[in-house]
Amino acid sequence: MDINLNFIYGHLPYWLFIILMLSGLFIVVSRGNLIKKIVGLNIFQTSVFMFYISIGKMKGGTAPILLEKSANSSAVIYSNPLPHVLILTAIVVGIATTALGLALIIKIREEYDTVEEDDIQKMDQKDLKKYNKKNVLETNS
Amino acid sequence: MASEIKQGTLELVNHLPILQVITPMLLAPLLVVLNNKTLSWLLSFLGTLACLFISFLLIQAVSDGSIITYYLGGWVPPIGIEYRIDAANAILLFLISIISVIVLIFSYTSLHAEIPEEKHTLFYSCFLLCLTGLLGVVATADIFNVFVFLEISSLSTYVLVAQGAYLDRRALSASFNYLIMGTIGATFFVIGIGYIYMATGSLNMIDIAERVSQLGDNKTIQAGFAFIVVGMGLKLAMVPLHVWLPNAYTFAPTVVTCFLAATATKVALYVLIRFVFSVFNYEDSFVNELFFLLLMPLAVIAMIAASVIAIFKQNLKKLLAYSSLAQIGYMLLGLSLMSQKGLASSLVHMVNHGFTKAALFMSLGAFVLNTKNVYIKSLRGLGKSMPFTSAAFVIGGLSLIGVPGTAGFISKWLLLEAALETGYWLVAIFIIASSLFAVIYIWKIIEVLYFSESSDSYNEVSVLTLLPISILALFCIFLGINTSFTVDVANMATEILFK
Repeated sequence: MDINLNFIYGHLPYWLFIILMLSGLFIVVSRGNLIKKIVGLNIFQTSVFMFYISIGKMKGGTAPILLEKSANSSAVIYSNPLPHVLILTAIVVGIATTALGLALIIKIREEYDTVEEDDIQKMDQKDLKKYNKKNVLETNS
Repeated sequence: MASEIKQGTLELVNHLPILQVITPMLLAPLLVVLNNKTLSWLLSFLGTLACLFISFLLIQAVSDGSIITYYLGGWVPPIGIEYRIDAANAILLFLISIISVIVLIFSYTSLHAEIPEEKHTLFYSCFLLCLTGLLGVVATADIFNVFVFLEISSLSTYVLVAQGAYLDRRALSASFNYLIMGTIGATFFVIGIGYIYMATGSLNMIDIAERVSQLGDNKTIQAGFAFIVVGMGLKLAMVPLHVWLPNAYTFAPTVVTCFLAATATKVALYVLIRFVFSVFNYEDSFVNELFFLLLMPLAVIAMIAASVIAIFKQNLKKLLAYSSLAQIGYMLLGLSLMSQKGLASSLVHMVNHGFTKAALFMSLGAFVLNTKNVYIKSLRGLGKSMPFTSAAFVIGGLSLIGVPGTAGFISKWLLLEAALETGYWLVAIFIIASSLFAVIYIWKIIEVLYFSESSDSYNEVSVLTLLPISILALFCIFLGINTSFTVDVANMATEILFK
């Protein structure tokens, strides 16, 4: 039992990462509201950012800034800055995805007047029957 | 550290790998600044033509089995990002560039019918960004760089798919679903990269491959591999993860559908191939078992189920989308056989199916330009009134089935040979069965085209629309007769990958 507790405590960031990741993924899959889906997606992505940053942490490591007083001593341990840089890129990608997703939701709201997935699907089905398999190319132009 | 390319010199020839990627990337914002519809078409056409020229030079340079490496900014890997062109990705660079050129010729006439004119500049700019992403994914040898380019191409693809909303609002929900699935896939891919970095401390493919083989049986690497397979499976529409594909292909503008069907899924599959062979150890029992127990059954299910669904579809774009799913099954199957011949057939099929599906979607797009309808009934009697487009469609259809003399035959034959060589005769039967289903759904369309009377008559589309369609149809035949280009390069590529 003692070993198990140590195992859990020793890998605490990873456990948090797994919990966050799964809850994010669960929200994306289970919610019908498109905005909630985007929120879930954001939580999912954030968990990955946390995971990357926890990879870079060294025990007793400090921020990777080269100071003059410690420039020549090899005793100072730095955290690995590379995962931070990588995740900076991933954060930008995440923001772009969120922005695009929200923009799409605005457009969907304009066209369908709802952001619930079930309602949208029902309206799509109705569209299909109403136009009686005629393509919308005709109906709109 | 002798580099094969003399860095620091300003000779353009030495910078081909980066020029390939950076040309469309620099053009994209320029188009937005200039904000002129015709000029943006012309510039993107010239840009893609330049890409095609570069990829042609690259494929000539690597077709003898040599490898071109390029260090970004002169930084030597593993610190710097490396671009690495060998036969396997040169052939894909060529496919992507040539398809983008042909698609752009088609867009000149077809885009007016689908997108309002004031949006054309932004459309071309997005198209070029998508092209940048796809080319970058293929050219780079840095795994995080793969992710960044993948997201550049995916994000612009979501925008391009949503452009179909001017005709059908369902394009919006299709694009949104694609965004959700694609982002989940990309995030899984990043988690996989994180695991690999955790275990090896490197991002360069060659460097990782060395360190992975030293690590041996490592759980972290295996978890990373699983994440990457799932993430790429989402992007390449592997069968249980394919839900985004039919709607995205159906409601996107024709130009976008042509481009995506011919390139996007293939690039994702290429990433998977590259990771299996150049990053992980393909002889590892973990990799082998995963391919045998998971990918092969899924590929067979895709081949059969998607073909059967395609038979019952009335919406022709949806029919072709499901047939794409079946064809992705063929490519995955070739990969999952884990033999040199299987991989070669997979690579050849990527190119052949790219041209075939582009020809089919494009001639369908030409029909739709006239009839304003994508349902099968609307094609009645078009074989007489639109003879050239119909002929191109038939050639594409024959190539999809795999009739001798067309491109599709070559790759299916290679795949059959590979399946029989490795002893999976049951799989070979499934390949033939799936081809027979393809006969049914293609024949269904040909019957309506040629053997039924039409009440209204249409004129043949303009020469400028017909030009790209006939180029693609000619490629379908040319690649079926002259196999030296595809098969030889693919064999060279498999040798490099399997070494």
